[in-house]
Amino acid sequence: MNNNALSQPERSKRDFLKILFSGGLIALVGSVLYPIFAYLKPPKQSEVEVSSVKVGKLKDIENESGQIIKFGSKPVILIRTTQGDLRAFSATCTHLDCTVQYRKDMGMIWCACHNGKYDLTGRNVSGPPPRPLTEFRVVVQGEDVFVSKTS
Amino acid sequence: MKTFLQKSYRWVDDRVQLDNLVHFMGKKYVPVHRHSIWYYFGGVSLFLFIIQVVTGIMLLLYYKSGEDAAFESIQYLMSKVEFGWLIRSVHSWAANLFILAAMIHMFSVFFEKAYRRPREITWVTGMLMFFLALGFGFSGYLLPWNELAFFATKVGTDIAGVVPVVGKPLLVFLRGGEEVTGATLSRFFGFHVAVFPGIFTVLLGIHLVLVQRQGISEPLGISHEHGKELKTMPFFPNFLLRDLLLWLLVLNIIAILAVFFPWELGKKADAFASAPAGIKPEWYFMFMFQTLKYIPAKVIFIDGEILGIMFFGVAGLLWLIVPFWDKASARGKQNRLLNYIGLFVVFYIILFTIIGWLA
Ligand code: FES
Repeated sequence: MNNNALSQPERSKRDFLKILFSGGLIALVGSVLYPIFAYLKPPKQSEVEVSSVKVGKLKDIENESGQIIKFGSKPVILIRTTQGDLRAFSATCTHLDCTVQYRKDMGMIWCACHNGKYDLTGRNVSGPPPRPLTEFRVVVQGEDVFVSKTS
Repeated sequence: MKTFLQKSYRWVDDRVQLDNLVHFMGKKYVPVHRHSIWYYFGGVSLFLFIIQVVTGIMLLLYYKSGEDAAFESIQYLMSKVEFGWLIRSVHSWAANLFILAAMIHMFSVFFEKAYRRPREITWVTGMLMFFLALGFGFSGYLLPWNELAFFATKVGTDIAGVVPVVGKPLLVFLRGGEEVTGATLSRFFGFHVAVFPGIFTVLLGIHLVLVQRQGISEPLGISHEHGKELKTMPFFPNFLLRDLLLWLLVLNIIAILAVFFPWELGKKADAFASAPAGIKPEWYFMFMFQTLKYIPAKVIFIDGEILGIMFFGVAGLLWLIVPFWDKASARGKQNRLLNYIGLFVVFYIILFTIIGWLA
């Protein structure tokens, strides 16, 4: 059938029905898809904000060593230099998320995934990492060593 | 005995008209020429897929998903369950061979321009299955929840997260949260054993029906090479028997690989351990990986990583729709340019895979 063959009121009736049906269809698809997509998105985990973590006793941490500590759900690397300074950085590589490690032989922080290197101030010095590691604060209170967020 | 077989055949035939099918198969011919060998890789891929389904279901009987159970359940499977190590090893090896066979199949179709009209849909379904196969590989890799898998997933999903605009939601969707955790494992498990197989089976059905309906393509140029009728071979039983012989050979190769190079389990994933030295992606992702390494961190003002991912995205898309822009082949003309592109891609993949392996 051809639209031109219809009389004026018939045509507007048809237009009205078209809008009604296509609108209904869109609404149907939308109301089915929206819950599906919303379902697929994982709910926000309310994370316990960790601001400080006790690492252990100062005397147990050797010079020239690095260890991964749990900072909430994130790994943080605690390093003790040859001089005995303590430093802590986020252990998540700024390149693609691998966890870095301290390499005594290189005197550097190293990422095994794509050979990324950071110096002991957390600066990215070679390989693919685009940014330095975020620094954490290390506080020594008496015998105990604490690591906390800088801000 | 004979009469029993005949009777059973009659019985089935009465109900589903088997005769039509037998008649149809009898009419199907496979072209014979100097490139005929490439016709077998589709069948080999199919065989490897069947192995994956069978061994996959068997693994499901013992596998437990979840951060605290996945690694242990595979340890149990490999040490306590009789032939558990074998089934897992076969599943892993056949997965790799499957991707290899599918790749060979894809490239041979590409070079013979078998995707040209009217076989566009066959090509597209095949490509989609190939992408799914990579998805199978990526999702399956995480399921044992070992160290290598953990970091491979971190890196892989982080790359997805680099994509502009959709990246971040995509990363959260894939990981089931901000980080790779047990939630990620559950998701990947769901993809690997339910979502992907479901979609794959539909695509495979379309793909095979189309191959049956349209018959097997002759490579461009071959048919008119000597100006005479092309030689052919009946599909049933000649080609099929050769197919089966090759399947037997492939089965033996898998058995040898699985027995002499059993798949390692490694160490359990630990979110608070450093990435181990010598970590590498699976070989079929290697060339992309290696490329990303060579792109400088910033090209003009775009991140190198983004540029690389976009490049592979666009390349993959063009490859997927090649039947629609390769006008020359569609008209039955040789398309030299496309051959060079194909050759370049093959050499690129091989070269970068080797470099990545040696690095
Ligand atoms: S993830 Fe650390 S170098 Fe790539």
